[in-house]
Amino acid sequence: MFRTKRIRRRGVGVALAAATVASTLAACGGGATGSTASGTIQYWLWDSGQQPGYQKCADAFHQANPTITVHISQYGWGDYWSKLTAGFIAGTAPDVFTDHLSKFAQFADLKVLRPLDELAPTKDIQDSDYQSGLAELWKGQDGHRYGTPKDWDTISIFYSATALKAAGITPEQLSTATWNPTDGGTFEKIVAHLTVDKNGKRGDEPGFDKNNVVQHGISSEGSGGGGWGQTQWSAFTGSTGWQATDKNPWGTTFEMSDPRFLSTISWYFGLVRKGYMPTYQEIGGSSAIGTDKEIQTGMAAMGLSGSWMISTFSNLTDAKGKKLDIGIAPSPIGPSGHRASMFNGLADSITTQSKQPETSAKWVAFLAGEQCQDIIGQSGVVFPARPKATQLAIEYNKSKRNLDVTPFTDQVKDKTTFLFPVTSNAADITALMQPAMDSVYIGSQPVSSLSKVNAQLNQLFKVVG
Amino acid sequence: MASDTAVPVASTATGHPTGKGARRRPHDDTRLALMFIAPAFLGYCVFLLWPTLRGIYLSFTRFNLLTPPKWVGLDNYVRMVHDPIFWNSMKVTLEYVVLNIAFQTALALVIAVMMQRLTKKTWLRGIVLTPYLVSNVVAAMVFIWILDYQLGFGNYILQHLGLGRIAFLSSDHWVIPTIAFINVWRHVGYTALLIFAGLQTIPESVYEAGRLDGASENRMFRHLTVPLLRPILALVLIITVVGSFQVFDTVAVATQGGPVNSSRVLQFYIYDLAFGRFQFGYASALSVALLLVLLIVSIVQYRLSRADESDLD
Repeated sequence: MFRTKRIRRRGVGVALAAATVASTLAACGGGATGSTASGTIQYWLWDSGQQPGYQKCADAFHQANPTITVHISQYGWGDYWSKLTAGFIAGTAPDVFTDHLSKFAQFADLKVLRPLDELAPTKDIQDSDYQSGLAELWKGQDGHRYGTPKDWDTISIFYSATALKAAGITPEQLSTATWNPTDGGTFEKIVAHLTVDKNGKRGDEPGFDKNNVVQHGISSEGSGGGGWGQTQWSAFTGSTGWQATDKNPWGTTFEMSDPRFLSTISWYFGLVRKGYMPTYQEIGGSSAIGTDKEIQTGMAAMGLSGSWMISTFSNLTDAKGKKLDIGIAPSPIGPSGHRASMFNGLADSITTQSKQPETSAKWVAFLAGEQCQDIIGQSGVVFPARPKATQLAIEYNKSKRNLDVTPFTDQVKDKTTFLFPVTSNAADITALMQPAMDSVYIGSQPVSSLSKVNAQLNQLFKVVG
Repeated sequence: MASDTAVPVASTATGHPTGKGARRRPHDDTRLALMFIAPAFLGYCVFLLWPTLRGIYLSFTRFNLLTPPKWVGLDNYVRMVHDPIFWNSMKVTLEYVVLNIAFQTALALVIAVMMQRLTKKTWLRGIVLTPYLVSNVVAAMVFIWILDYQLGFGNYILQHLGLGRIAFLSSDHWVIPTIAFINVWRHVGYTALLIFAGLQTIPESVYEAGRLDGASENRMFRHLTVPLLRPILALVLIITVVGSFQVFDTVAVATQGGPVNSSRVLQFYIYDLAFGRFQFGYASALSVALLLVLLIVSIVQYRLSRADESDLD
């Protein structure tokens, strides 16, 4: 009775939001029905780092279409999705929102997204305008397009140049490291050597105390149960040639009993037992810190992270406010003979609740167009979906940050990427995967338990599908 | 909405006693009573009765809120019986309730008696209530920081005492006791205040008689205070146990049910199923199960503690 106020308070918030949206809609309702599109478009995104860039886009859009204003709202990742879900339920969802592949299928199933190929401004968008493979991901099982690609991301290793130097490891050694699930290859040797205990002993030296590690060789981003190990183990499982589902997008059978997957996961979390990677407790359990904080505090010497974190890493400072020397290396070469990175991308989607779909589509087309993507490329926060704008982002990082980001872009150039597994029932999959992967990370369940989870996932598609 | 409808009803209610009928038969207050009850009854129907009935109906359907519900009979209940996570969440919730209520009630009783017998200072009595003025979410956030494994002040002290750090919110053994403790901290003052109010109803003469007979403070507590306080204690227990079963926000803020499922209490599991996974039908079935559990617990408590009788007469 006294402990459920959160829901109620959230209820009030929704009601207030409903009131504001209703009043804005009422205020501009007259114009929307006219021959020229006008009004205010509500646009949501979750990454505060990207907001300034998209504000510039919104200003440019307003300049080209003086009758239309875009209002951008930003919410943190967790709040973003619960607010959006609540918005769909309460009828207060925005006109346009930034969509993620891990959520998109669910929204398509719930029929809350508007097919963009049926709206005039977005009808003529071509798959070939974007980095290859990106646009196809946003087509539903019914063949309709539900999102226009805005950016893409891959995974690489961020390292502390100081820690690398202290260990006597050159960036070239790290960039050419190889990896396998049996003994970890030269990559694990580097990780071990970068690990330092409280007596100053390194992870590969005799007398190393794995229970009192000051600096771990590699960071942890949690168990990776929520996004197919995107910034955790996906670079390793991917480099064995393993795929999460029978086909992608819209796979219905899962491959977690595959020995390549199980042996990789066993090796990956084995790093925790060896003291080379922080434990579940050390990173803060379910409210975990990420690779950026772990490198910043010196808890880890290097770690995997996504290209959307480039600007965060380039701005890391030590306790005295001095900028840290951060470098980027590609993920290691695996048993398949090449590197691998998950290839993921964001898109803009229009909700069925939007009262002004054509106007919204105009904004979406602008976001996916050359002018806006070039603006985003020049802000250097993410890699825009268009090849030319991607090049602008590479140049920006080179000239403004003195940072070589080609480890991220080479994965695309060399075609060593694999796509984020897009499936239906994404929320149910996360609900089953997260606790299962967490318990493997903690060590309370053996890796073999994942075969059972795999059977549950397959069952999910037999029951619901 | 409720206040809009309350206004006209209230005005007719105050207007009524001046009528002739009321003056002639002053003993029949039924109509007047009904009018006073009406606003509350309307609220009860709109905000409690109807949602409860609709929730029970939805528990027999498959419903994602955005498309119409589909009748599936007892499917959700069959699934519930076979759902290990449901049984685990029952177990976890029960563990939480036992820890939370036992410590909270014992502490509150001690605090209330101390307020009654030792101090009459209002500000001291006021301080006891301050944690209750902090919202649950804020309390949870503050304790996340204090108990952080790496940087928390609590763990800093533990380490300096030579006890070693404890992963309060990220180890499966500690997480439920920790959440129970956070909520004891927040609610103990409020519970103490309720008990304190009950203590005020015990006449001072009883204690005077006790003192004349040479009973110690300790003995008077056991043989006078506790028996005479029984009806109030029973009420407090029913209220706090029902509240305790519905623990949600501390879990949602501090652990999201983790590590693994070790703090996935029933309310959080229901919330996650409904608002995270769009399974409103199944979530409704779990809510009905919680309703039944609370109903049974309340009835048993009421009977066992004879809450409707007092020994004061």
